[in-house]
Amino acid sequence: MPTSAGQTWFPVALQIVIAMAVASAMIGFSYLLGKKVKNKVKDTPYESGVPPVGDARHRFSVKFYLVAMLFILFDIEAIFLYPWVVVFKELRMFAFVEMLVFVILILCGFFYIWKKGVLDWSEDRSDVKVAPRP
Amino acid sequence: MLAEAFTYTTPRTEEIIRLLPELILSAAGTFMMVLIPLAKDRYPSLFGNFSIVAILSAIAASLFAFTNPGTAFSDLMVVDGFATFFRVLVLSVGITTVLSSYRFLHREGTDPGEFHALILFSLAGQCLMVSANSLIMIFIGLEISSIATYILCGYLRDDKRANESALKYFLLGSFATAFFLYGIAIVYGATGSVALTDIRRVLISAASPPVAMIGIAIALMLVGILFKISAAPFQVWAPDVYQGAPTPVTSFMSAGPKAAAFAIFLRIFMTAFQSDAHGWAPLVWLSALLSMTIGNFGALLQNNIKRIMAYSSIAHAGYVLVALAACSEIGTAAAMFYLAAYACMNIGMFAVVVHLSGKGERHLSIEDFAGLGVTQPVTAALLTVLILSLIGVPLTGGFFGKFYIFKAALQSNLVWLTVLGLLNSAVASYYYLRILVMMYMREPGEVTSNIEPLPFTLQAALFLPVLGTFILGVFPGALINFANHSAALK
Repeated sequence: MPTSAGQTWFPVALQIVIAMAVASAMIGFSYLLGKKVKNKVKDTPYESGVPPVGDARHRFSVKFYLVAMLFILFDIEAIFLYPWVVVFKELRMFAFVEMLVFVILILCGFFYIWKKGVLDWSEDRSDVKVAPRP
Repeated sequence: MLAEAFTYTTPRTEEIIRLLPELILSAAGTFMMVLIPLAKDRYPSLFGNFSIVAILSAIAASLFAFTNPGTAFSDLMVVDGFATFFRVLVLSVGITTVLSSYRFLHREGTDPGEFHALILFSLAGQCLMVSANSLIMIFIGLEISSIATYILCGYLRDDKRANESALKYFLLGSFATAFFLYGIAIVYGATGSVALTDIRRVLISAASPPVAMIGIAIALMLVGILFKISAAPFQVWAPDVYQGAPTPVTSFMSAGPKAAAFAIFLRIFMTAFQSDAHGWAPLVWLSALLSMTIGNFGALLQNNIKRIMAYSSIAHAGYVLVALAACSEIGTAAAMFYLAAYACMNIGMFAVVVHLSGKGERHLSIEDFAGLGVTQPVTAALLTVLILSLIGVPLTGGFFGKFYIFKAALQSNLVWLTVLGLLNSAVASYYYLRILVMMYMREPGEVTSNIEPLPFTLQAALFLPVLGTFILGVFPGALINFANHSAALK
């Protein structure tokens, strides 16, 4: 157990130092070693692939939202795996079965969106029903 | 504490059996999701038939679970008479919803698969709500049920009314759920538990119960629950949402999720907060009066049948709240009986509306019922039974429902509320009788002259509720006895 404030906070300080070192090393080395190209597109601030200046009210394809939602769903699934791994040794078979059920449910969802053509970005799919434009 | 968090037990067989209805429904729903892309449009009735089988097996599972009642999963849920009553009720509502949606989905040219899967998920949530014994489980059930219902409201996605309905319901509904959740958080802060039995024990036995905190928590949870049962002053959403949603969904919402929300209302307030009844009963009293009055007087001004039924639904929530304001065991039993009777009359009523409204749901005005008694005498006669039940005429389930509720209210000395409730019933008969007048005393209009006879599935969705209404009206004894036996919530 740490006894003094210095001992308690030492790991935190170490973490801060390492984080700063890694960050400055990345930026610094790429500044020193990287190839420098200057053009208009390259100098525009990056804003998720959207022009940073202009009208914000664009029409987006609904596919963007679908992919974003699916990303969050499957991301959450991955997060559940971490605590599961931590307690796996204690729970053994029980945890295995529970996670199997969970993963099968997620797979059913994956199968559904896949077959529904959500992951298919090409336009010419006759078996996918698309709502008519108003 | 930490060590305790790591202890676990593998579920025992009887615990799995107590959860079986929910397991069947969610497994069937998930299986259907896999089936949708495989079956495509080849078997249009497959999904409906499949969900009827799934719901019937869930009913069987609920009854089987009741042969060995008790708690499960460290008190998280409980299977008792109360839970079984409401499970069977919401599942029966589910069956009639599926029956009335076969032809509807075909007529509107929309996919049946997801619709039925969502109905199954919503039912799983409602079954979980009514058998949950802890605030967190109640919340999870409520969310499962609500989210599925939000989507169902907007199921006809090319219809602007359905979009409006779904968005309004979703925004207001999630706001109400947030209130409910905040209430749960405060209860946990004040009592150190989310288990209903523990909360009850703390509130009864603590030397100085946390009165102020519990008062705030009760108020917040009341907001959430009163919204879900569409009771005043949180009823504003109901007419718009009921009008815009596809008619089978309106019928489902007004009976299933509403009954489940009343079930959690009864369970939370008659167990955990029973010792604080002097605090919340006046609020319920006020809400009952407001709901009855706003609902009945609002319905007088409407001409759209779905809006009339929405206001009528608010008024009926008010009647059930009268039974809750009594806060006694016979009040609980009366509420249970009334919800069953109300589910019967509403679902049958909407089955006719599904048929009459025609493609695109264009014929929803009350004038469209003109002359139905001449062109479709049997349908009109069955509808008359349901309307008489909604008014509360003897020999129908609606009569005994009101009778038990006002009896319970009088036993708890709620004389004024009883008088005002009876006056309200008189007001209500005006707008119900308008439909009867239209059906029997007007010449057949364009809609009723060209109407086809009801298809088989809709006949079943109309006939079964009428049968239920008669059984409840002629032999109410069996059900009210069961309700009285299971009304003692612990």
